[in-house]
Amino acid sequence: MTWFFDHLDDVLSRGLQHAYLAGVPLVIGLLIALPLGWLARRYKFLYAPFTAGFGLLYTIPSLALFVILPGFLGIPILDPVNVLVAMTIYTVALLVRTVADGLGAVPDHVQQAATAMGYTRVKRFFAIELPLAVPVISAGMRVAAVSNVSIVSVGTILGINQLGLFFSDGFNRDFYDPLFVGIAACIVLALLFDAVIIVLTRLFTPWLRATGGRA
Amino acid sequence: MISGLIDWLTDSANWSGSDGVVARTVEHLWYSGISLFVACLIAIPLGLAIGHTGRGRFFVVNLAGAARAIPSLGLLYVMVLWLFPKLVGDSAFLVPSLIVLIVLAIPPLMAGAYAGVEGVDPAARDAAKGMGMTGGQVLAKVEVPNALPLIFSGFRSATLQVIATATLAAVAGTGGLGRFLIDGQKVRDYPQMASGALLVAVLALVVDLLLAVVQRYAVSPGLTGRGSGRPAEGGGVRRSSRRSNTPLDVEIVSSQRTVDSQHT
Amino acid sequence: MIAFDGVTKKFPDGTVAVDSLSLEAPSGKITVLVGPSGCGKTTSLRMINRMIRPTSGTITLDGKDTGRMKESELRRGIGYVIQHAGLFPHRTVLDNVSTVPRLLGMDKTETRKRSMELLERVGLDPAFAKRYPAQLSGGQQQRVGVARALAADPPVMLMDEPFSAVDPVVREQLQDQFLRLQGDLGKTIIFVTHDIDEAIKLGDQVTVLKVGGHLAQMAAPAYLLAHPVDDFVADFVGRDRGYRALSFQATPRLPLAAERTIAMGESAEGVDADWVLVVDDQNHPLGWVEPLRARGAIRTEMLHRGGTVARASGPLRGALDSALSSPSRRGVIVDDSGSLVGTVKAHEVLTAIEQADRPELADPRKPGAPAA
Repeated sequence: MTWFFDHLDDVLSRGLQHAYLAGVPLVIGLLIALPLGWLARRYKFLYAPFTAGFGLLYTIPSLALFVILPGFLGIPILDPVNVLVAMTIYTVALLVRTVADGLGAVPDHVQQAATAMGYTRVKRFFAIELPLAVPVISAGMRVAAVSNVSIVSVGTILGINQLGLFFSDGFNRDFYDPLFVGIAACIVLALLFDAVIIVLTRLFTPWLRATGGRA
Repeated sequence: MISGLIDWLTDSANWSGSDGVVARTVEHLWYSGISLFVACLIAIPLGLAIGHTGRGRFFVVNLAGAARAIPSLGLLYVMVLWLFPKLVGDSAFLVPSLIVLIVLAIPPLMAGAYAGVEGVDPAARDAAKGMGMTGGQVLAKVEVPNALPLIFSGFRSATLQVIATATLAAVAGTGGLGRFLIDGQKVRDYPQMASGALLVAVLALVVDLLLAVVQRYAVSPGLTGRGSGRPAEGGGVRRSSRRSNTPLDVEIVSSQRTVDSQHT
Repeated sequence: MIAFDGVTKKFPDGTVAVDSLSLEAPSGKITVLVGPSGCGKTTSLRMINRMIRPTSGTITLDGKDTGRMKESELRRGIGYVIQHAGLFPHRTVLDNVSTVPRLLGMDKTETRKRSMELLERVGLDPAFAKRYPAQLSGGQQQRVGVARALAADPPVMLMDEPFSAVDPVVREQLQDQFLRLQGDLGKTIIFVTHDIDEAIKLGDQVTVLKVGGHLAQMAAPAYLLAHPVDDFVADFVGRDRGYRALSFQATPRLPLAAERTIAMGESAEGVDADWVLVVDDQNHPLGWVEPLRARGAIRTEMLHRGGTVARASGPLRGALDSALSSPSRRGVIVDDSGSLVGTVKAHEVLTAIEQADRPELADPRKPGAPAA
């Protein structure tokens, strides 16, 4: 514990950097996945190639992606943009399918009622389909958030500044304290992300609270 | 950069020998295979038992969630620091890594087995009991065959995670394709690193696609919608053709619940 | 008026759902489309608001070709009610009802006020306004669905099996309420159902469709029962047509007999009859008792309740059923306030039936008068 308090500044600055590297791609990834998921739902022939194709990106091991990407982007490995892009790719990989399935989970008769009442396609998406897909998309976001926090720590091997550097600090000095602090900080950050998503989801889904989950 | 990568990959000297691509790939598959095997022995019976009895559901759900949040690299370092002094020879490098791989593979495997059994149509289970099957027979003849798609999904998730994490194990001094990344980094040999990265990515993709093919033929056509003789209006064919074959195909009943598919 | 002119719908897989259908749905009336599954009734309905586009032919709304109107605007002017109500689960009951007025950009407070009125009108407690659809029963949801369709006061309503997902008791309540509402509002309604009884009960005009989207017969319900045009329609309208047709025939003056009654709580002992009718203090019939078996003061649980009660101003079917179902074989007839006016025997009702005019038979070329 004394080690933790002596290095509080480090923990906070690396923690913030970690949150930035894992969190920003979550938002960008969601913004990219929304139109892609919508397309996959709108045009049936796109569903299989989109969900399978983007899903396949998730199979690329993160260390490999961190090393390969700079070659394509023309930036140094240690550039934070490298990690941001990689994490965005993973987020999109997870969310395209989630968004498509979430939009697809809107009951048919509800969609039809909306159409029959004269919603235009765009209005219907924002007023009906998207709000109703929030619970499913949120579940996907929670998986992506926790997964992102864990994956970012792999950047340690390449020397990228984030909480994982405590792992190598401890390992290289044969010293458990920083190692445990690093792991605990990663878990706390993951739980924080999870909590933020849960709170946002509750704010966006008042009807689920009122009905105890039925809807 | 790209040309350096091509030069490295086309240099036959890099492919042969005990530290060549072929040997490293075999090592990588060997670590992954043994870890998955042990993890299956532990996780699948447990998952089936939990799904069959309905006891311990809370345990599985939370284990899967918690396991996702633990950074595997941190876990690997802890294991090495802790076990290295207690072991001798090569096993000092290998055992800590294998333990991490096994630990990581258990949650998705268990969640898949559990969710597969739990998701079996209660009417089918009831019918089996009604015909006089014992608990074991219900499990073996009805629940497991019906749970197979999800057991397989869990297995694919676990496999991906293990192959990815086996790369990290190189920092603990083991072999495998991760060596190219770690060794290349030490001497700032980017072509070697990039080649290693590409090889791991390709290996993960190939293994996953192979498993997808196996899954396609191992699961009863009644569940996948393969085969003929279905009524034209039976939604089954259409629904299942939409079921994609990606490693993320790990939905359990509803898309709200996903078998853990974190990787490193 | 809604008019179909040679409308055909062929789906990409080659099936013809609707085959050159021509029909007219008069303004202010309920036109029911009825038929077995696969007869294209829902497809026809959905072509009106262009949820499905016709392959050929035109559908006009008061003479205007719907194909030339902007789809979303066309739909905002047509109320639509479907089987499971299709309420938006993420919006409160009030917000659901306010949907179309808000889409049309109507004033928010005005819309709220009107939506609240509508909720009351369809028989929902205003306390439900703040609830979400999942907190309502199926019947209540369906009422909200009807209120929502009426919210922007559209002249036309399309209803696709709106009452078929609720239990029979609730269904009947919804049907009765719907008829009362329509009596006030006089909308032009197209109503789809597979239930011929519902069609006959609700329709001013009933259109029977055959599989493949062919028009089999279009007529007023009484006429349809009296003159099925072919075997298909005869089969579809089913048995008991003669009996069911009595629903459309007003009861003439019947030779009513005065019935000896006793009040609840009195004793029936000593009454010289097989059965005696028990009434409450307002002379409303409650049930029959057998004086020989009923000892002491009459209590509720001693009543025989098998007999139905018919209104003198109601259709003949009620009078006949009352006579047939009564344990004493004397049918109980009441006035509009529910007070006993007398009893009638089955053969007397039958005589009245034999002597009655049958307006639906008068002119076989024209549909008869709308149902009472």
